[in-house]
Amino acid sequence: MKRTNELIVGLAVLAVIVVITWGVFAVGDNMPRGVTPYSHDVYQLHNTILGIVTVIGVLVFTAMFTSIVVHRKSKGYKPASFSHSTKAEIIWTAIPVLILVVMAIPATRVLIDMEQTGGAEMNIKITGYQWLWKYDYLEDEISFFSALDRESNRARQIGSGINPRDVENYLLEVDNRLVVPVNTRIRFLLTADDVIHSWWVPDLGWKRDAIPGMVNEAWTYILEEGVYRGQCAELCGKDHGFMPIVVEAVSREEYDAWVASQRQGMADTAHESARLWTRAELMDHGANVYQAQCAACHQPDGSGLEPAFPALARDGQPTGELTAHLDIVLNGREGTAMTAFGGRLQPQDIAAALTYTRNAWSDDEGEVVQPSTIAELNQG
Amino acid sequence: MSQDTTAHHDDHHDDHHSAHPTGLTRWLFSTNHKEIGTLYLVFSLAMFLVGGAMALVIRAELFAPGLQLVNPEFFNQMTTMHALVMIFGAVMPAFVGLANWMVPLMIGAPDMALPRMNNWSFWILPFAFTLLLATLFMPSGAPASGWTLYPPLSLQGGNSLAFVILAIHLMGISSIMGAINIIATILNMRAPGMTLLRMPLFVWTWLITAFLLIAVMPVLAGAVTMLLTDRFFGTSFFNAAGGGDPVLYQHIFWFFGHPEVYIMILPAFGIVSEIIPTFSRKPLFGYTSMVYATASIAFLSFIVWAHHMFTVGMPLGAMLFFMYATMIIAVPTGIKIFNWIATMWRSSMTFETPMLFALGFVVLFTIGGLSGVMLAIVPANFQYHDTYFVVAHFHYVLVTGAIYSIMAAVYYWLPKWTGHMYNEKLGKIHFWWSTVWVNVLFFPQHYLGLAGMPRRIPDYAVQFTEFNVISSIGGFMFGFGQLLFVYIIWQCVRGGEKATAQVWEGARGLEWTVPSPAPLHTFDTPPVVDDSVAVHKDSLT
Repeated sequence: MKRTNELIVGLAVLAVIVVITWGVFAVGDNMPRGVTPYSHDVYQLHNTILGIVTVIGVLVFTAMFTSIVVHRKSKGYKPASFSHSTKAEIIWTAIPVLILVVMAIPATRVLIDMEQTGGAEMNIKITGYQWLWKYDYLEDEISFFSALDRESNRARQIGSGINPRDVENYLLEVDNRLVVPVNTRIRFLLTADDVIHSWWVPDLGWKRDAIPGMVNEAWTYILEEGVYRGQCAELCGKDHGFMPIVVEAVSREEYDAWVASQRQGMADTAHESARLWTRAELMDHGANVYQAQCAACHQPDGSGLEPAFPALARDGQPTGELTAHLDIVLNGREGTAMTAFGGRLQPQDIAAALTYTRNAWSDDEGEVVQPSTIAELNQG
Repeated sequence: MSQDTTAHHDDHHDDHHSAHPTGLTRWLFSTNHKEIGTLYLVFSLAMFLVGGAMALVIRAELFAPGLQLVNPEFFNQMTTMHALVMIFGAVMPAFVGLANWMVPLMIGAPDMALPRMNNWSFWILPFAFTLLLATLFMPSGAPASGWTLYPPLSLQGGNSLAFVILAIHLMGISSIMGAINIIATILNMRAPGMTLLRMPLFVWTWLITAFLLIAVMPVLAGAVTMLLTDRFFGTSFFNAAGGGDPVLYQHIFWFFGHPEVYIMILPAFGIVSEIIPTFSRKPLFGYTSMVYATASIAFLSFIVWAHHMFTVGMPLGAMLFFMYATMIIAVPTGIKIFNWIATMWRSSMTFETPMLFALGFVVLFTIGGLSGVMLAIVPANFQYHDTYFVVAHFHYVLVTGAIYSIMAAVYYWLPKWTGHMYNEKLGKIHFWWSTVWVNVLFFPQHYLGLAGMPRRIPDYAVQFTEFNVISSIGGFMFGFGQLLFVYIIWQCVRGGEKATAQVWEGARGLEWTVPSPAPLHTFDTPPVVDDSVAVHKDSLT
């Protein structure tokens, strides 16, 4: 009798835990329904399959716990001796097969739909970098990088003293959002520059790997205006957790206005890279670029994280000969996490960052690098 | 050599039986299956604690949003090492240790077929793990690219990659030798009358597992060797810039990786199939179908590998094939679960600790299996993949699956090994403590994944806080609870109520015909096996 009580108490505890977690599940965190026809299909599919497996689980556990409660020695139950039943075994082979067929039909239908990537009204190329994204609007000829926003980046450092709860959209906000029109069939072309990343916005209903040397395809058709957030989903190095994705879906008119303003911005940038900059301007801008692009690895004070990420602030000339320094920054260094920044940043950004790193931690006057020099090297 | 031959013969005989070396050399040079089994099990327990400590570092960092304890680089080293240590150091050696101890006893053999190789299989492992764990103290740190070591990321690390790869080679050699030994033992050393279809299911599942090991460990060796040459000798197998293909690595890795998953669960099926009939006092239901189901699962494991990589961008036809093939695995797995329940049905059950862990296995492994069916559905997998939903899934099948079965096996056979009964009350506390907290630990991770939390991240958005806090509390409670397991084993080795040869009222099979503790040498004269001693009698008439 005592043993029975123990067991019943145990079962009750387990049941309570299951019920509580199930309750939380019911009110809270199911998969998001999303904002595209495809994400709705996936949501529906997920709920259907979850429902089926829950019913199977309940039936199986009911049979098992019935047996545990009834067929026990302490109740004087005598064991039967059967050990085989062809009929039962045929039934519990055939029924699961039928259930699987019922699951496979809608799954196949939704998958075929996802794989039809034709009929796109616009194309966006997504390139993953350690640890930010680049978006190229192929028709509108807009191109920009999108990285973790500064607030989150400051708060996420060890010992930052900033409570993540005080940062709006902590780790899920970027400096430049991916702005797209609603009710438009958009095709994405995904690739990566260094290691494998994976582009995932749950509200769009899918993730797809961005792989260096390969181009993957995916598509979406967003039904509702809004801001949709996601993250890189494939381990891509130390800041894998810090390369969010923010999609801003807007009306066609707003999108057109945004395109116009981006074009204006690009024209301004082109002008900036052609003119001569003062040392103060370069140092000022360089500090910003350094903190955004370089500090994650080489550390805000240039001390690096040896041996993977070398220190830049060494005694004397901090970063070696200028031509070698330029080569590493523009072309990257193979076999390390140092990527080629040549195609990634504007000439004035690179020039400013170089000027900053060559001067900030040294008493000696280092060289000043002009944007025009970088622009020439990039073309050559 | 100059002695009279008769005396020499006797001396030799005595030497074989009683003049056994003591101290360190006893263990270093042992060729006895029971001693080597013990070595494997102790090693596995040590690695379980090391890997568990790493898991606690992970859960401690994830206790609150923001980075508090470790930097992201070290966090990634922890996730990577936790997996490598638990898979290759804790789960696999535990099953090999159980096979060493129990397979000869279960089939009536005096020892393993290849005792010297058996010694070597084990003693490679401490060296392999010295290499692996030493990377933690190297300037470039331990590997941080996940246990899957996907290039190009894994190639970015420092020279410690070479140590990891050589460690994996050593583990592979050890596993393959262990597998050859088990196959040779089972096929050649069965007692008269121990026909294949009279073998206990644990022996059957290990036979099939051993074939899986031999088939796939060389594949892993090939994959990591290509990584080695890509990293250090300038080849471009996986380097797109040199004409290679990073996705090729994933295909090769998972061609190893999926059978590897079953290497870690088939022996568990065997253990549970031994324990449930014992404490049900009723023969295993559907013995023959269990054997066929195990073989089917092993076969299917070779044709489902790409379900680990649905998001890399595969042709539609390939995705449909891998989806259907994966779903089919539910059928033989279902048969097993139904057979266990049918074994319990109209039986006369008692609930000693091994039975509790076996029943816990059936329930919680089924939960992991059902989430596995969900993961097979490709369009939904595009959402689940690489999230905490997957983390929850494979911890249900590995922790409450594989590790629960190992714990069940330890409680089940500990009296046979030590000659003492363990403390039943503490054993039950261990079970209930573990079962409550392991669910608090892993169940909320399903919700985290569905809500959008990717795996392998050291920090998260604040909306994921609550479930992470719950999960971390569960992790610490479950983790420290395992010290009780260590204490129970230690206490049982030291002393306790004397165990009978039979140990459990309902136990059947050859291992229960030898005294407890099992003497160093058993079945010097093979027993004769007929249906009266066979564990399983499938009433196929």
